[in-house]
Amino acid sequence: MSLNSPAPRRHWLQRAVLAVDWPLTLLLFALCGLGLVVLYSASGGSTLLVERQAIRMAIGFMAMMLIAQMSPRLLFRLAWLPYLLAFVLLLMVPFFGFEAKGAKRWIRLAGIGFQPSEIMKLAMPLLIAWYASRKPMPLSLWHACLALVLILLPTLLILNQPDLGTSLLVISSGLFVVFLAGIAWRWLILAGIAGLSMAPVMWFWVMRDYQKQRVLTMFDPETDPLGAGWNIIQSTTAIGSGGLRGKGFMEGTQSQLSFLPESHTDFIIAVLAEEWGFVGVLVLLSLYLLILTRCFMLSAAAESVFGRLLAGAITMTFFIYIFVNAGMVAGILPVVGVPLPMLSYGGTAIVTLMAGFGLMMAVTKTRRLA
Amino acid sequence: MVQSQIQEKRIVFNRLWLAFALVVVLLVLLCYRYFHLQVVQHEGFATKSERNRVELIPIPPRRGLIYDRHGRLLAENRPSHQLVLVPELVQDLPQLLQDLQQLIQLDDNQIQVFYQRLSRARRPHSPVVLRDGLDDSEMAALALERHNLRGVDTQATLVRYYPYGELFAHSVGYVGRINEEEMRVLDRGRYAGMDVIGKVGVERTYEDVLHGTPGFRKVETNVHGRIIRELERKPPIPGQDLILHLDVDVQRAAFDAMKTRERRGAVVAIEVETGGIVAMLSAPSYDPNLFVSGIPASVFNPLRDSIDVPFLDRAARGIYPPGSTVKPFVGLAGLEQGVVNWQTTIRDPGFYRLPNEDRVFYNWTWATRRGGAGDRVDMVQAIAESNNTYFWDLAYNMTLEPMHEMYDKFGFGRNLALDVFRPAAGLNPSRQWKRQHRQLPWFAGDTLNTAVGQGFMLATPLQIASATNILANEGVVVHPRLLKNTHSGELPLIIPEPEVIQLSNSDDWQQMFAAMRQTVHGARGTARPHIQSPEYDIAAKTGTAQAVSRPDGSERMDPKTLEERQRSHALFNAFAPARDPKISIAVVVDNGESGGRAGGPIAKEVLDAFLLGPPEARLGPHLNNQERFRP
Repeated sequence: MSLNSPAPRRHWLQRAVLAVDWPLTLLLFALCGLGLVVLYSASGGSTLLVERQAIRMAIGFMAMMLIAQMSPRLLFRLAWLPYLLAFVLLLMVPFFGFEAKGAKRWIRLAGIGFQPSEIMKLAMPLLIAWYASRKPMPLSLWHACLALVLILLPTLLILNQPDLGTSLLVISSGLFVVFLAGIAWRWLILAGIAGLSMAPVMWFWVMRDYQKQRVLTMFDPETDPLGAGWNIIQSTTAIGSGGLRGKGFMEGTQSQLSFLPESHTDFIIAVLAEEWGFVGVLVLLSLYLLILTRCFMLSAAAESVFGRLLAGAITMTFFIYIFVNAGMVAGILPVVGVPLPMLSYGGTAIVTLMAGFGLMMAVTKTRRLA
Repeated sequence: MVQSQIQEKRIVFNRLWLAFALVVVLLVLLCYRYFHLQVVQHEGFATKSERNRVELIPIPPRRGLIYDRHGRLLAENRPSHQLVLVPELVQDLPQLLQDLQQLIQLDDNQIQVFYQRLSRARRPHSPVVLRDGLDDSEMAALALERHNLRGVDTQATLVRYYPYGELFAHSVGYVGRINEEEMRVLDRGRYAGMDVIGKVGVERTYEDVLHGTPGFRKVETNVHGRIIRELERKPPIPGQDLILHLDVDVQRAAFDAMKTRERRGAVVAIEVETGGIVAMLSAPSYDPNLFVSGIPASVFNPLRDSIDVPFLDRAARGIYPPGSTVKPFVGLAGLEQGVVNWQTTIRDPGFYRLPNEDRVFYNWTWATRRGGAGDRVDMVQAIAESNNTYFWDLAYNMTLEPMHEMYDKFGFGRNLALDVFRPAAGLNPSRQWKRQHRQLPWFAGDTLNTAVGQGFMLATPLQIASATNILANEGVVVHPRLLKNTHSGELPLIIPEPEVIQLSNSDDWQQMFAAMRQTVHGARGTARPHIQSPEYDIAAKTGTAQAVSRPDGSERMDPKTLEERQRSHALFNAFAPARDPKISIAVVVDNGESGGRAGGPIAKEVLDAFLLGPPEARLGPHLNNQERFRP
């Protein structure tokens, strides 16, 4: 790579107006559009819900574009800050937070309620990427262990709220950085074995009864068809009854007659599967795959190690959302509160996800850092 | 520096490729899972989702109505209001039930039944009946408190109603709630959405016809069981309406006749030509309406335990020794066998002694007849004054078998009735029967007892009436039946081709009629003092049957009651008009002692009602029957 190579050619729009990745933006736009259509049906034709979701998406897009403008250098310098902030707030949650649905996740700051764990979803890969990119690669065991401590501390705090879904996303976003930073395979395998041997410990001392129940029902939902198994029985019934072509828009009996629980939030893919059939599922998963592919391309194209690690981790975390949610609704993973990106109704997840894409665009847009 | 940069880039690059590959593999896996659910297992899930949403709600059919022979309703369906609860909407059930008890009449028994219904499998959000038959004031009270009573509702239903109450309790019977035992055996599909079934009487015998076929509504329901829309509807097929031979006027005459005399017993009246049962009464009776929506134990138990056993259908299930009412049949057997003829006379010393035996059978006339012993008695007189000696002598000479055979032809010891609810068969004894059941040989004395309807012989009032009717028909074995017709004209009943009892001398029929006429109209007739009948001739026979010495429940009776219950039963059978019989009748008065005195006047009132019309009609044409008998 010669030093006097010409500056990369960029589209005039990108140069003049906005530093965003247009293919990714357009794909996300399409995904949001699809999300709104499915949500309209899943909410039983509620324009109110669709409107609110659209507003959140708009906020998300603005956040994405705004963050995408930040210089990678500035991001690199301040990468530890959000983590520190989120960590302090997470420590405050047990004392100053307020409860909703049996879990203490929220905190009120300047009159606005929000979840610090949501910030941690982005703060974690930022910090670990920042940390790892300052160490020699491949990451040594010692450095990896230090990173692990940084990953586990907030994760345990979130797990304690309790919020299994978010802690899963937070821990994986950190671990993906470690993985991308080239940690030796033997350590990875060793960690895998250690994780497996930790499973009984988790089962007997860490996991709560309702969490254990969710795991058990995944294996056999029929043991408690009206209780814990209900969700899975109804969601697989919705998916299965959709068939190849689906029952038609707004025609899904499982969702429209409320047999499907949480149909507009965590289980929204079942609505799509029921009304649009396997064809609809294929369209959605293809769209996701396109987004993921573009994200991987961006990650690989990032000039700095920091950028590659951060973008790669965000991409992988985005995939975790999809896999855990779609797998849970289809009954191959235990029920964990992870929303389906851009389809599930709910505010913070969309904004966080879009902000993540903003970060990715920010760190991959220029070579100045190198 | 550049070297390490390149190495770093390679490491991350490799890992990114690996991650991408992992992502693709997992996405394919996910795709496969959805493919498996949506394409491979589609059919099973489609059925499951269909079962989720589609519900079949049965629509109960209207139960067939029951009319008497003149089109008066004996059993109808009246609109009624039920109090129902939707348990899903009730927050505090015990408290709600307590509140309701303040508003309406609701006893613990009803609450208990409610909890039983609640425990059965049911569709969510479907109402559960708490009480039937709300009256207007209760409806008003509920309407006022409605806003405080979440989950409480009223709904209109049809409830069986018997306008004549206790008049037809045994014959028409009643419907009642389907019990657990019936639930096991009956066809659930045919009783979908229904909670009553015919229990006794016509309601039971013709249950299949009256019942109808339920329809259904195919509805789409949401997860709460709430109906979203109707997909399909199949209307129910109402049950058939039945027209019975029963006649309200005749039945009422029988009922009143028993009631005013404070008698227990039975009356069965049969139309000669058709065998149609015009009146079938068992007294005392009870109100069948009590059973329709569940009879409280406080009402049921005293009725069940009453020494008057009102639940026993004396007409079809009460078995009595028929006594002297059978003498015409024995007489016909004797004539047929040539043992006697109409000119045969015997000398009646007032008793009968079997040859080679010391035992003496005393004729009841010995003590009462002014002429005393020593009269010469022929068949006509023996019938009219019910002379035992004549029939003992006849029976001894004839032996048991011809008599048994004649009894059998007239329907004793078997059931001729086509559609009476569970009639008793009585007993027409034979040598074989005695050997089997008593492990004893048949004695000549048994033959004598059988000849006067005593000893082992048992018959129901229905059988006596039926036998009398065959006699009135000159031997045509007409089967008694309640059903006259249905509205569709289709008879759910096979009427057998009647057999005919052939007598070698067919004049014997009319001769016997004339003899029986003497019972009422002859100088020495046993019923003569008790029946005045200027309008038409009656051919009759009286009888007396010994009551059991220790009647059921006798341990609870005071001596006076016990003495009364040990008196003989009075029997009376007849047909009229004697020359051209239209109606046959049997009357049994429990502990009535004298057939002529106790049974005669009752029979007369019933015959009058049939032959002359109800008392009101006899006074003048201005009274409208239909109006009079509307409740």
